[in-house]
Amino acid sequence: MTGLIAKAGLQLVLVLLVAPLLGGIIKTLKARLQTRRGPNILQSYRDIFKLFRKGMVIPETASWIFSATPYVVFVTAALVGLMIPMTATDAPLSLFGGVLAVVYLLALGRFFLALGGLDAGSSFGGLGSSREMTLSAIAEPAMMLAIFTVALAASSTNLSEMAKVAVSQSWKFLAPSQMLAFAALFIVLIAETGRIPVDNPATHLELTMIHEAMILEYSGPYLALIEYGASIKQLVLMTLVVNTFFPFGLSSDWTVRGLGVGLLFYFTKMLLLACLIVLVETTNAKLRLFRVPELLMVSFIFGALALISTFLF
Amino acid sequence: MNTLPVGPAFALSLAAYSTGALASLAIWRKPALCRYICCGSALAGASFGGLAAVLGILQGAPLRWSISSGIPLFAYSFDYDALAGFFNLTLAILAGAVSIYSFGYLKEFEGKRNIGFFGFLFHLLLLSLTIVFTAANAFLFLIGWEVMALAAYGLVTFYHEDRETRRAGLLYIVMAHIDAGCLLLGFALLMQVSGSADFASFRTAAGHLSSSQQAVAFVLFFVGFGIKAGVIPFHIWLPAAHPVAPSNISSLLSGVVLKAGIYGMTRVFLDGLGVLPSWAGLLVLIVGVASAVLGVLYALMEHDLKRLLAYHSIENIGIILIGLGAALVFRVAGHPQLAGLALIAALFHTLNHAIFKCLLFLGAGSVLHSTGTRNMEELGGLIRPMPVTAFCFLIGAVAISGLPPLNGFVSEWLTYQSLLAGFGATGGLTRILFPLAGSMLALTGALAAACFVKAFAITFLALPRNAGSRSAHEAPRSMLVGMSWLAMACVALGLGATWFLPAFDALTEQLLGQRIGSNLISSHGWVLSAGTPHGGMVSTSVIAIALLLLLIPALLVVSIAARRFASKRGPAWDCGLPGLTEDNEYTATAFSKALRMIFSVLYQPRREIQTVFDVSPYFPKAIRFETEIEPTFEKRLYVPLKDLLLRLATRMRAIQAGSIHAYLAYIFVTLVLLLLFGVRP
Repeated sequence: MTGLIAKAGLQLVLVLLVAPLLGGIIKTLKARLQTRRGPNILQSYRDIFKLFRKGMVIPETASWIFSATPYVVFVTAALVGLMIPMTATDAPLSLFGGVLAVVYLLALGRFFLALGGLDAGSSFGGLGSSREMTLSAIAEPAMMLAIFTVALAASSTNLSEMAKVAVSQSWKFLAPSQMLAFAALFIVLIAETGRIPVDNPATHLELTMIHEAMILEYSGPYLALIEYGASIKQLVLMTLVVNTFFPFGLSSDWTVRGLGVGLLFYFTKMLLLACLIVLVETTNAKLRLFRVPELLMVSFIFGALALISTFLF
Repeated sequence: MNTLPVGPAFALSLAAYSTGALASLAIWRKPALCRYICCGSALAGASFGGLAAVLGILQGAPLRWSISSGIPLFAYSFDYDALAGFFNLTLAILAGAVSIYSFGYLKEFEGKRNIGFFGFLFHLLLLSLTIVFTAANAFLFLIGWEVMALAAYGLVTFYHEDRETRRAGLLYIVMAHIDAGCLLLGFALLMQVSGSADFASFRTAAGHLSSSQQAVAFVLFFVGFGIKAGVIPFHIWLPAAHPVAPSNISSLLSGVVLKAGIYGMTRVFLDGLGVLPSWAGLLVLIVGVASAVLGVLYALMEHDLKRLLAYHSIENIGIILIGLGAALVFRVAGHPQLAGLALIAALFHTLNHAIFKCLLFLGAGSVLHSTGTRNMEELGGLIRPMPVTAFCFLIGAVAISGLPPLNGFVSEWLTYQSLLAGFGATGGLTRILFPLAGSMLALTGALAAACFVKAFAITFLALPRNAGSRSAHEAPRSMLVGMSWLAMACVALGLGATWFLPAFDALTEQLLGQRIGSNLISSHGWVLSAGTPHGGMVSTSVIAIALLLLLIPALLVVSIAARRFASKRGPAWDCGLPGLTEDNEYTATAFSKALRMIFSVLYQPRREIQTVFDVSPYFPKAIRFETEIEPTFEKRLYVPLKDLLLRLATRMRAIQAGSIHAYLAYIFVTLVLLLLFGVRP
């Protein structure tokens, strides 16, 4: 029990520390690739810190749902952060919820975020909520197929079990099924974290924004919680992709040495994935909203092919 | 353990329902007293029924009572086994909540409508459902089934002055009789083989069924029970009939009456027809997937709150059938453990859906009661005048979307686990179907979440849209009690799933020969596992505790941060226009627009916009917007069928000469033919 709490505490600190940094790294990398200087890597921390020190304006039309939403978004994201293996194969809370719980907890956060968007009564919030729920609904089957492909190989939905199986066959990602599943999940990752070509995290143009439109009415500490939650969600999904397909360096225990090596590998892998995301973001234009389902359909087909190739090979 | 008074409790519940029915009719002239009697006796019946069910489940061993009737093939025989106990428990939970709710709800009927007749039909419905869930004789079952259909018809057409209601009632009664006809044929086939109408004899005779007889019986029962359960493509009566009934009845129709179809399928497919071949299971699975996905897609297009909920019933029946189909496939493939997992997933979802759908319909009923409209586009902002209703509706919305830590998540999780296991347990190409069904289940879940964001937000959040929603008031206390009881059940079954699931032990032992419920609880006690040692695990209770623990620091940080500046109330961003009004709000139609466009192949949407302007088209005086989607099943399947039927009927008119001599000749010829058929060796 104490071991569990210690592990959970350690991973919580890690998640909370790394999540904003990841956002900062992606922003900086992207700026460099576009030959800009870009913000400081630590800018995300400063943003969150600054938001916590600001006052809040709550819309007159909003109800308690508006105030509850930031907490739900943050808390579900943080809990999910404790369920996924980051540096060690056994995640602190993997016993209490596998990959299905992860997906559905994130969906709970999204459910409330969409309610919060509609609560103020302005059209922007509704617009964002509608788009967010639509796209996430279409992304869901593709994500599940890809996840199932991996889960079937481990015959478990427990993320630690999946990681253990993956570690025992580290080079399995070369198998066609795994590569296809990775491609499928990567597209879903782009969609779920709201990055180009699905959504543009840097825009506030009403015709194009999705996530930003939903949280338009939020300010101060509430906005900080939502932004923090979103960055944790991004970290979680990227970690999920990295550690299920490329389980190198995942330590099998929670010793200092194992964790050190695990952390080193983890950062390297995350950096590489961030580079890939940045590359995609820079070389693509944002898609029209009604083109996105086609992209997600591609992802679904990748997932289906992955599944069929597990069966064949 | 043979001393538990299951029988007396069960008899008392039947007696309470029957007395309630007769008493309501007797005192219909005194509406106030009638309301007390009506709700009181239903509550008493539900309490005794619930007691009987709990005792029956605790007892474990099936009980049997039989009174001979003197009529061949017919007997008043009841089988109170684990399956009957489970469905009776579902009925009792809902009947209790609805009878408390009705106490407040029926008040507006006083002086306007006949509460006595309502009470009669209401009790008759509950009585017939109890009989259906316990009957052990095919004829008793069919009588219960027919009474249930007729009582439901009476209740659906209770507001019969409406043309829409009468049409819906007609559609319902026609479909209900097609379904009863299929069942009658199915039972007739079984009776022919077994020589008796007893369910027990069907069980023993199942081995003598030839494979073609088994297939025919399966199809008949699947269509028959499928119509009652509202599976696609037999669903068309459901979104028509459920919304027009009084709301307390809609909740029972969607909560329990549909489940009678599920009960029938479980009873016959797992208990009466022997081991069905795997194509049967796969058919159930595929129909389930189609119902789930199409049901939710049609629900998304609705802005009538009760119709939306009715379409969600189709979706959830689909999810239940996915589990049931998987259970049938696993049973014939020789994996009783997995079959048990899938069956528990299906039945637990049956209970869960009954509870949250009943809750949502009651919530919609409160909204209708308070504002006078079911059209979401006219509602809004109801969370302020109706906080308790809104909170209960939110619980129901989270639960039906399958979100943790509530009960919908648990049963969907179990369904996912059984589908995943299906890949390894079956051979050939069919195994691909299981993960694909899982991905469609994921689509369904996500679309349901989108739909309930819409339903809750448009109805309860932001600004009120019409006079009715501006002057809304909270529902009377008894209605709130009824809803809160169901909301608490949603939370309890979600968080306490590990304590509840072992109750399925007796049920799976009876149907599959193994005690599986307790296998799903890992040795830690609080954790639900998929049954295999390294399989999936989840614990809704730990998730809930962890969420609360994580909430503490978040609350602390925000409250410390908020000390610097008090939060202010200000107007929402209105694009610089003068003030935000309800016209700026996103509507239900707008919310589902993106999905309407993405799935336009299915919906075939049609829209019409007319702009009226004086000088310049940039300054319109009025805009009329109209959009509708094509009712595919009605247009492509039922309308041609109806036309064909009418054409045949026109042809048949030739023999209806109206001459009594001709009719006597027909009767004579028929008699001769029947005699020839009868004496044929």
